[in-house]
Amino acid sequence: MSDKSNHSDLAAMRARLEASGHGRTYWRSLDDLARTPEFRDLVEREFPRLAIGWSEDESPVEGRRNFLKLMGASLALGGLAACTRQPTEHIMPYVRQPEELTPGRPLFYATATTLNGVANGVLAESHEGRPTKIEGNPEHPATLGACDAFSQASVLGLYDPDRLQAVAGEDDVKAWGDFFGILRTALAAQKLKGGAGLRILTETVTSPTMAAQLAEIARLYPQSKWHQWEPAGGHSARAAARLTFGAPVNTYYDLSKANVIVSLDADFLAQGAASLRYARQFAARRRVQGGQTAMNRLYVAEPMPTPTGTKADHRFSLRSTDIEEFAWALGTALGVANGPKTGDNGDIYQPVGAIARDLQRNRGASLVMAGECQPPIVHALAHVMNARLENVGKTVFYTDPIEANPVDQLASLEDLAGDLDGGSVELLLILGGNPAFNAPVELGMRDRLRKAALRVHLSLYDNETSELCQWRLPETHFLESWGDARAFDGTVTIQQPLIQPLYGGRSAVQILQMLTGSPDLSEYQIVKGYWASRHKGPDFETWWRRAVHDGVVAGSALPTRTAKIDGDAIREPAPKRKLEGKLEVLFRPDPTIYDGRFANNGWLQEMPKPITKLTWDNAAIMSPQTASRLGVYYQGLVAASQEVPMVELTYQGRTLRAPVFIQPGHAESSVTLHLGYGRTRGGRASTGVGFNPYGLRTGKAPWQDLGMAAKKISATYPIACTQDFHILDAGRHTIHAGDIEAYRKNPEGVHEGAETPPKELTLYPGWKYDGYAWGMAIDLNACMGCGACVVACQAENNIAVVGKDQVRRGRAMHWMRVDSYYKGLPDLPDGIYNQPVPCMHCENAPCELVCPVQATNHSAEGLNDMVYNRCVGTRYCSNNCPYKVRRFNFYEFSDNETPSLKLLHNPDVTVRSRGVMEKCTYCVQRINAAKMDAEKGNRKVADGDIQTACQATCPAEAIVFGNVNDPNSRVAKMKAEKSNYGLLADLNTRPRTTYLAALRNPNPEVES
Amino acid sequence: MSQIFHRRINAFARITLFGAAFLAAFAAWVFAELNESSYNTRAMQQREQPVPFSHQHHVGALGLDCRYCHTTVETSGFANIPPTKTCMNCHSQIWTTSPTLEPVRASFRTGASIRWTRVYDLPDFVYFNHSIHVSKGIGCESCHGRVDKMPLTWQENSLQMSWCLDCHRQPERFLRPRENITTMGYQPAGDQLETGRRLRREYNIQETRVLTSCSTCHR
Repeated sequence: MSDKSNHSDLAAMRARLEASGHGRTYWRSLDDLARTPEFRDLVEREFPRLAIGWSEDESPVEGRRNFLKLMGASLALGGLAACTRQPTEHIMPYVRQPEELTPGRPLFYATATTLNGVANGVLAESHEGRPTKIEGNPEHPATLGACDAFSQASVLGLYDPDRLQAVAGEDDVKAWGDFFGILRTALAAQKLKGGAGLRILTETVTSPTMAAQLAEIARLYPQSKWHQWEPAGGHSARAAARLTFGAPVNTYYDLSKANVIVSLDADFLAQGAASLRYARQFAARRRVQGGQTAMNRLYVAEPMPTPTGTKADHRFSLRSTDIEEFAWALGTALGVANGPKTGDNGDIYQPVGAIARDLQRNRGASLVMAGECQPPIVHALAHVMNARLENVGKTVFYTDPIEANPVDQLASLEDLAGDLDGGSVELLLILGGNPAFNAPVELGMRDRLRKAALRVHLSLYDNETSELCQWRLPETHFLESWGDARAFDGTVTIQQPLIQPLYGGRSAVQILQMLTGSPDLSEYQIVKGYWASRHKGPDFETWWRRAVHDGVVAGSALPTRTAKIDGDAIREPAPKRKLEGKLEVLFRPDPTIYDGRFANNGWLQEMPKPITKLTWDNAAIMSPQTASRLGVYYQGLVAASQEVPMVELTYQGRTLRAPVFIQPGHAESSVTLHLGYGRTRGGRASTGVGFNPYGLRTGKAPWQDLGMAAKKISATYPIACTQDFHILDAGRHTIHAGDIEAYRKNPEGVHEGAETPPKELTLYPGWKYDGYAWGMAIDLNACMGCGACVVACQAENNIAVVGKDQVRRGRAMHWMRVDSYYKGLPDLPDGIYNQPVPCMHCENAPCELVCPVQATNHSAEGLNDMVYNRCVGTRYCSNNCPYKVRRFNFYEFSDNETPSLKLLHNPDVTVRSRGVMEKCTYCVQRINAAKMDAEKGNRKVADGDIQTACQATCPAEAIVFGNVNDPNSRVAKMKAEKSNYGLLADLNTRPRTTYLAALRNPNPEVES
Repeated sequence: MSQIFHRRINAFARITLFGAAFLAAFAAWVFAELNESSYNTRAMQQREQPVPFSHQHHVGALGLDCRYCHTTVETSGFANIPPTKTCMNCHSQIWTTSPTLEPVRASFRTGASIRWTRVYDLPDFVYFNHSIHVSKGIGCESCHGRVDKMPLTWQENSLQMSWCLDCHRQPERFLRPRENITTMGYQPAGDQLETGRRLRREYNIQETRVLTSCSTCHR
């Protein structure tokens, strides 16, 4: 790429596409679309950049020579070394075996993960006392049995060797007793002045127990203050509730009754407290199966493509600051707001009329949702529109707030900053969180925090905030502690520990208890005591056991309430702000590491982010035109070297250097920055990756603002993006999609243009599967590409983390990937499609034929087995796999040394070592377990007995696994659908994994 | 140019060529024998244990059922080594002062596990499940031998894959009625193959193709 060709590249490509009738229908990336030579090279190689040397600084020739030398030596030595006997092993049985525990069989305990204080009910799988896997709790209203990537990865967080492992005080390792001594002295001093110098800073608190503790502390120390700060919390929604209803009100939705949904930058399918529930309800209303062809309709207006945007029937790519105008226009069209009826932005005013009519046709069965990152006025408009559309009580519900104290958190933090400046803070307890890193930049919390006399930080990691505190206390992980938390609707889950604190940590509940009248209670006594004091009725013990066991406190959901709209809430739109030649800046929580709290989690770092498929980094994400205008448009770079140009962003006098990532479908003149990267402290995985947008983020504009400038700088930056890896053979018809109207008339139409499976090409008779025949069907109509399945698979199957450098070489080990395809023009794709790709378990598997050592074989039930102990690592199989689902251990990627990480492994799956090929097994360990249980009971495996890890976690229920020989199984019924198709079917591989076509339900009145 | 080697040397060349073939065959034979030998498989070797526990005494003489101690054999893949508590059920009453049992009492006192040496140790890539074998009519004896005659426990069989496949290919050769699972010295009432075939049908044992699929044991 040369600099001056930047601009013309995009224009040339566009011209060529238009001339050739938009080129290929579906494409993976701009390189794919342009068919750059670099991209073609990548397609042809199984593992990119394999021969570039042993290490980065070697020449290819040297590298190859060293490689051959080492291979020869390892063949000889490895062969000899293999001639050993089994080492002697020992068994250490229990002394007194717990009654309910059967060694070799896992137990599941209900508990809850929290994000922004809000609970997601989960079941944690425990093998002889080691939590190894998280599943959703089917009885919990927020998860309904599904699970997100954050929860899936939380077990790795538990065993993270980088966690804060000991009490550190005054630059030395101390004991808890030392800290309690200091704390008691400080508290005694505070007691005398009513706690005037005592400040407690927490994240959002929904825990009823903690709320009671904080209330007691406020009673004992009347002058003390409790502050809350959450960088990616629900600030707008809280402010909007005060604006619209004059009171803090919690809002949630029921998507199962909504026929028409308008999302104003709300990524409700993948982010937010109830996203798992919403995804399930949403997907259920789009399931075109069993003769059911009704679909809901989704309009999405958003700047950066999100999983929700990929499901939109109409996606409007608007700058975030324009969505307010869109909301006004829609409100005006619905007759609830007093905004302009027309404007110069046709993207806004042209479709709103049709959308409004669609909403009005579905009064009481429609829904307008405002995204968390939108300003309060957009939320207020959504509230007013829902009220006018009679949706309240049907698709929209209001309750009292679930937070213990729904304050304006920015004001709360500013208040603390003021007190710090005033010098009145003598004892500052920071319970969790990382304000030094993630507070609004103008508050300068790094410096201000030092003004407190005694600073204490309770934290999982020794992070940027801990650095500033004299006392650093190891916090317990949620799997190590008792606690409680409320879900999106107020439902309480009692969190129970599955393991003793690994590093002698304590929870926030325990620390707060030190400030109350009875400091010596144990964590269990505190939580149980709180609920005993609240319990009405005779038998508390039974109630308590049931509540802990179920993971849900029955009847604890907050009752719905009415919320009266303040007539003054929405008067007239603020004057429209102009770009004035600058850019819009968007701050968004990262899809995988969120606000930075998961930055040290290798699974989340390496999980390709939805849509962008970036790993281990964030970037300045912008549209192709914007990049072109800034002179940083690139082509062939991602495919060839993954070195991208950088820009210097200037916003309100602060600058930040960041790599450019070009995202088709991103709003024009807008740049998305994902938060949480650029950490300087907090663990090996978190530091040294990405750049820190908190350095630009102010309290006044936490989510978006206009007026950012960007200019190209000469530096380049290596990114690790998996979008161009594992490309299926160029130009194939991998996505089958269509409109529901057309599908109703002619279901076969979705397969138009696709390669057809050939008639039998073989002379041999077909293989007969007499017993079970396992198969999988994936409903592309449901999949939104959130990526939870990728992490679930990683947790279940002991899949190693390889690191950024290896990802850049195309060596990520994920058995499952989610491919994104775009349709249409690069600037404004007509659609984005997600396709999860596990092993296809082909009946005519190309990999099996080429293995020289029979390490991959076909089982009698149709599984494509992979036998690690036979594999010698020729990699012929992956060369011959048209789906590119096989992964090779180029190095010893699995960590078998770190003691805590050994506890993480699933004992039912082999931990692979170097030189071994691996791939999706359809979770054969789960198949075998279910089969054995069935056989011991002398019955057949029933449909639904086996859930693969990806299936179990999928919030949209897109993945269905089962016995295709049973015509009544769900998977067999799905495969019998007209929309069912096999990937690359013309190769006659006869894949056992098949897909249901993606269907859209566009509104004919809206011109796309 | 004259010949370097004399014609007589041809005989040496022939002998060498033949010899090489025999040598290679011999080496292969030695390797195969070593591979199957009890030196390699560790079969028939008694293992030293912290407590010289005698199955001969407990099973043979006292007649304890296997499942009194190995309680999870019918429910779990892992037939558990009994917790110290199980030993103490009896040994808090009998042999309470025996010095041999001191490690057991110490374990019970201190709460530290007894560190037994594993006798039957499959490679980590093999997933054997006790419960399914027991419920499908494979007796303890079939793999573990006559433990009632073992003063110290040894590994009765090679545990090599060919040994596993002997049975997975033809389970009827070893099947016995479920009520005789823990019987030591079981003798079939009639012809073993005939009984075996009947039991294979009765117990719905899967076809050989499934039993010999890789993923049945490796995953």
